[in-house]
Amino acid sequence: MTEVSAATVLNVISEGSERQRPTRVPTAADEDKPSDCCFSASPPSWMLVMMEHIRTPKVENVRLLDRSSGQRKASVGTLYLSATHTIFIENNPETRKETWVLHSMVCSVERPPATPSGSQLILRCKDFRVFQVLIPQERACLDVHASLVRLSRPEKYSELYCLSFNPNVNKEEREESWNFIDLQADYKRMGVPNNLWVSTVANSEYRVCDTYPAELFVPKSATPAVIVGSSRFRSRGRFPALSYFHQDTLAAVCRCSQPLSGFSGRCQEDEMMLQAVMKSNPGSDFIYVVDTRPKLNAMANKAAGKGYENEDHYNNIKLHFIGIENIHVMRSSQQKIIDVGEMRAPTMTDFLWGLENSGWLKHIKAVLDAGVFIAKAVADEGVSVLVHCSDGWDRTAQACSVSSILLDPFYRTIQGFMVLIERDWVSFGHKFSHRYAHLDGDPREVSPVIDQFLECVWQLSEQFPCAFEFNERFLFAVHTHVYSCQYGTFLGNCEKERRDMRLRERSHSVWPQLWKDRSQFSNPLYKAELSQSQGILRPNTTPYCFKMWKGLYNHVEKSTPPRQSPADFLSAVRDESHRLEEELTNHQERIAALTGKPIMWEKMEAPRRGSSRLPHRHSGPDPPTSYSEAITSSELQNSHLCSSELANQRAQRADSAFSGLLGQQLRSPDVEDVSACSDLESGVADLSSRSSCGGDDSKDPELE
Amino acid sequence: MEFSDHIKTANVEDVVLRQPLHPPSRGTLCITGHHLLFSEREEGSSQQVLLLLRNIDAVEKRMSGSSGTITIKCKDLRVLQLDIPGMEQCLNISRSIETLSCLDNVSEMYPFFYRPTDLSLQDQWGLSTPEKHYTQMKELHERWRLSSVNKSYSVCPSYPPAVIVPNCIDDETLKKVAKFRQGGRFPVLCYYHRKNGMVIMRSSQPLTGANRKRCKEDELLLQAVIEDSDKGFIIDTRSSQQVHQARMTGGGFESKSFYNCWKRLHRQMERGKALQESLIKLVEACSDESHSVDRWLSKLENSKWLSHVQTALSTAGLLAECVERDGHSALVHGYEGTDCSLLICTLAQLIMDPFCRTLEGFLALLEREWVQAGHPFQQRCAHSAYSHARFQQESPVFLLLLDCVWQLWRQFPLALGFSEALLLRLANEVYASDYGTFLCNNDQERCALGVKDRTHCLFRALLRPAEIDYYSNPLYEPTELAIWPSVHPQSLQLWRGFFLRWTQLAHHLEEVQEEIRSMVIEWARVAQR
Repeated sequence: MTEVSAATVLNVISEGSERQRPTRVPTAADEDKPSDCCFSASPPSWMLVMMEHIRTPKVENVRLLDRSSGQRKASVGTLYLSATHTIFIENNPETRKETWVLHSMVCSVERPPATPSGSQLILRCKDFRVFQVLIPQERACLDVHASLVRLSRPEKYSELYCLSFNPNVNKEEREESWNFIDLQADYKRMGVPNNLWVSTVANSEYRVCDTYPAELFVPKSATPAVIVGSSRFRSRGRFPALSYFHQDTLAAVCRCSQPLSGFSGRCQEDEMMLQAVMKSNPGSDFIYVVDTRPKLNAMANKAAGKGYENEDHYNNIKLHFIGIENIHVMRSSQQKIIDVGEMRAPTMTDFLWGLENSGWLKHIKAVLDAGVFIAKAVADEGVSVLVHCSDGWDRTAQACSVSSILLDPFYRTIQGFMVLIERDWVSFGHKFSHRYAHLDGDPREVSPVIDQFLECVWQLSEQFPCAFEFNERFLFAVHTHVYSCQYGTFLGNCEKERRDMRLRERSHSVWPQLWKDRSQFSNPLYKAELSQSQGILRPNTTPYCFKMWKGLYNHVEKSTPPRQSPADFLSAVRDESHRLEEELTNHQERIAALTGKPIMWEKMEAPRRGSSRLPHRHSGPDPPTSYSEAITSSELQNSHLCSSELANQRAQRADSAFSGLLGQQLRSPDVEDVSACSDLESGVADLSSRSSCGGDDSKDPELE
Repeated sequence: MEFSDHIKTANVEDVVLRQPLHPPSRGTLCITGHHLLFSEREEGSSQQVLLLLRNIDAVEKRMSGSSGTITIKCKDLRVLQLDIPGMEQCLNISRSIETLSCLDNVSEMYPFFYRPTDLSLQDQWGLSTPEKHYTQMKELHERWRLSSVNKSYSVCPSYPPAVIVPNCIDDETLKKVAKFRQGGRFPVLCYYHRKNGMVIMRSSQPLTGANRKRCKEDELLLQAVIEDSDKGFIIDTRSSQQVHQARMTGGGFESKSFYNCWKRLHRQMERGKALQESLIKLVEACSDESHSVDRWLSKLENSKWLSHVQTALSTAGLLAECVERDGHSALVHGYEGTDCSLLICTLAQLIMDPFCRTLEGFLALLEREWVQAGHPFQQRCAHSAYSHARFQQESPVFLLLLDCVWQLWRQFPLALGFSEALLLRLANEVYASDYGTFLCNNDQERCALGVKDRTHCLFRALLRPAEIDYYSNPLYEPTELAIWPSVHPQSLQLWRGFFLRWTQLAHHLEEVQEEIRSMVIEWARVAQR
């Protein structure tokens, strides 16, 4: 962290802590809700507009099942539709549990055929949660469905929540929030500008490339004419610009889009531009051009007058293809892995086949491989790399940002990670609004590009648990905000669009908010000085290193194992010992003040680690996860093969009447059991009821 | 016979050793009766590698010109390569390794020669005995007694001399029951659940045979187990089809009509050859780093290892469910009652009994349920995943147990008092050890060879002050509650620490464990102030 950015950060924090931050904008998590002072007395005009779409604001006697959290029994309550949220409040007077679902987090609203007891709706959210709603009257259900479909698909930016979200923050504070991340400070941190890389005004007012940021760094020897010429020869005018400069080797990571070379086209300025990139690295006499697409795709683009660099025309380049598939392949692959996450009681074979068949981990490996190639070239060979794909805003953003994570420990800190996303994704024109369906638009533009980047980081953090300052929750938070449109940060498709929308005046930046919450995002194992955390990360990319990201794709399992998290425990222990230390100092000071002389403590009775102050972290008396059923179902599947086994199966059925009995016990609310067992260990009941799992419950959850 | 007969070349200079995670090194190779010793001969370094020959699972040699390369594949899954100058030397060395690594004579094995300075042969061997165990379990005494019917191993050769049985069943009855159970393994108590007084019994299959023989004494014994309670559960580790087939070969099951208070539950668990093949396939999949993600996943699936883990944990969960939640006693058996039965009884005890989750309690559990209960270690662990030998009785049941315990440990990182390092150590020791604990197939054989007088006990060695810290879990927080594992496929993972042990990945994860340990120590120190 340079002095400049540190100062900025500290400035913001100290101000932030002095005032009451009224604007804890709800995250999509169901417990969160907008704080009371969100809206001024009269609703904004936007709200009135959105409220027009609400046909029935309130439906009673609704049953809701949060399928993704493993809930087995539906709760009965009242459903409200607001301009921003679907709200469900349980009837149970004791709990009155509230579930809030932000409209912009709703990905689809399905209406399966009605059942005798009412009509159903299935809400699928962009963070992969699934809610099942049963409404007694079909009429009301149709109304809710129509309203939700409309509300979850805003047609224009002005319908978005964040643009009317009006927290009690004055103008300066809002502007300050946008200055929280200072990209120029980060370039300065890497040592740019210098005698190799300089800032260019070529793109001010977005004249040369409208999807690029206004401020860019280019090789010192690249004249404005070369830049403009090169941009004309590149898809969407996205000419080679600096993404990351590695001070140790003076090699750089640059990015651009594909050249418009077709079968024989060439462009002198573009060739000079690449030459300039090479010359800006005194230590090497060639550059790598990394085309992140499969070679076949790149060749196919030639027919459309695009393609890749012809090595005969460019001096001293080495082309390297990575083979990351396009957004359409990724979209369908992700759908498949979501389905794997939603499978109920799969056998091990079902699960592993599903995982293989989705191809998802293969794609994650491809993205990580791209990052590893670039990082090795820059750090080990000292060779600069120019990265592109087709338009240079999806796969290129992935490859560049992964390589930065590998190359520079700063990007593995909470603040550094924000800077990285702001630079390689937000400023370089990753099309957030298109990719994450902020508005009702072309479904073929939607693709989980940043999901894959976040997952690469997660996979790395599994290999290097001490190397990242943040934890999985931070990645979830970023993921949620990318989709939720609660803040202006990820709105629009490029810097110019955001400027034209005057987002800085009309909305807020998400980063200060995340920074404020950083204590819950911190990884207690983070050790900057540990050898595996320092310098370059050299991950193993053998297939066995890749796992399904359970936390993201399987909410059922997220609420269960690891039911005990070593990280959470360590955090608690750490906080506890800090607290003790503070207390000790306080006491010493007070006694010193009272007696007028400093007191040295004799060794005092040491509170055992894990004293009562520490939350107990044991998973409680969970309803046993019906061990009977998981197996029976697999046996049933296997045994339909031969008829002789049918008899066998019948015999098993007779025997497993028992498991049915146990099963019933499980599904009954279990209140008595929990309290009976919780006597054993105080403070457990609450935790255990939360952690009780349904991961293995093979029965369909029931709405009734 | 002398070991030296097998050693034609004892020393070779100028050998190059290649091993995972280390750069190649040059030095002297030395073969002794039990060890392979490599000492690096380079300026400023004195690295030594001492490998128990018993640990070697397979030897492959490749000659080129005047020198040769020996590839040594170990039972702990390490693969070493030795470049040896001189064709004859190379052949001699490889022949010595081949012979000495699989000596059949137990009393020639290294534990009989291992004499560490800080252990004495006069020390008590083992952590406990059935007698002591019974004496400590006061709650048992009212309804259960310790029977010495097997004192001379004549009733059941694979049982220890003393076993716990219902009070009202006399030794004569037991002898008759033993005749009705395969290998004489009549039902004995293995776990008493303090919370509700229910028990877990284990045995082998009843020898009902095709003509549905019955044994009044056996029925009496089982009736005595549940006493006045209305029912008990029999967990049979075979499918109901398998048990019907077993009748054709003299085995069988407890039929409903003769054991009307007992309800049978069938859970098919693989054992023997199928399990061994599963391990071989998994290790093969792990050692090929070149294949694609798809191929890796399909090989992982095809090995079925994780399915076996899933079945074992869910069957153990079912057993614990019967006892802890449903409040009934249970009897567990399959065929011989020396493999899967032990596996799920052990896991169920870990799930239910907090004492078994302490370091000492876990070792005592292993001693009771595996060593004393007669798991045939010598047969099951003669070879591991790399061996070219034709398999006979090999089966990695104990390794499967360790994997399942690791899954528990991963799902409940605070509930178990021991560390992953302990599980890894045990996975090594069971195949090749300095200690006598895992020698032989049962108590009788151990007595005959004087194992308890002439070797040291691993479990006691692990509890030495110098070792105990390393094998304890720094995050351990005892809980009285049962720990119910999730058996959802997504909750079960490949045991990287073991199967990918010799990769950089496992190395990083080890570092993390060390980091956690030092953090906890550090904070404990702060809290002390």
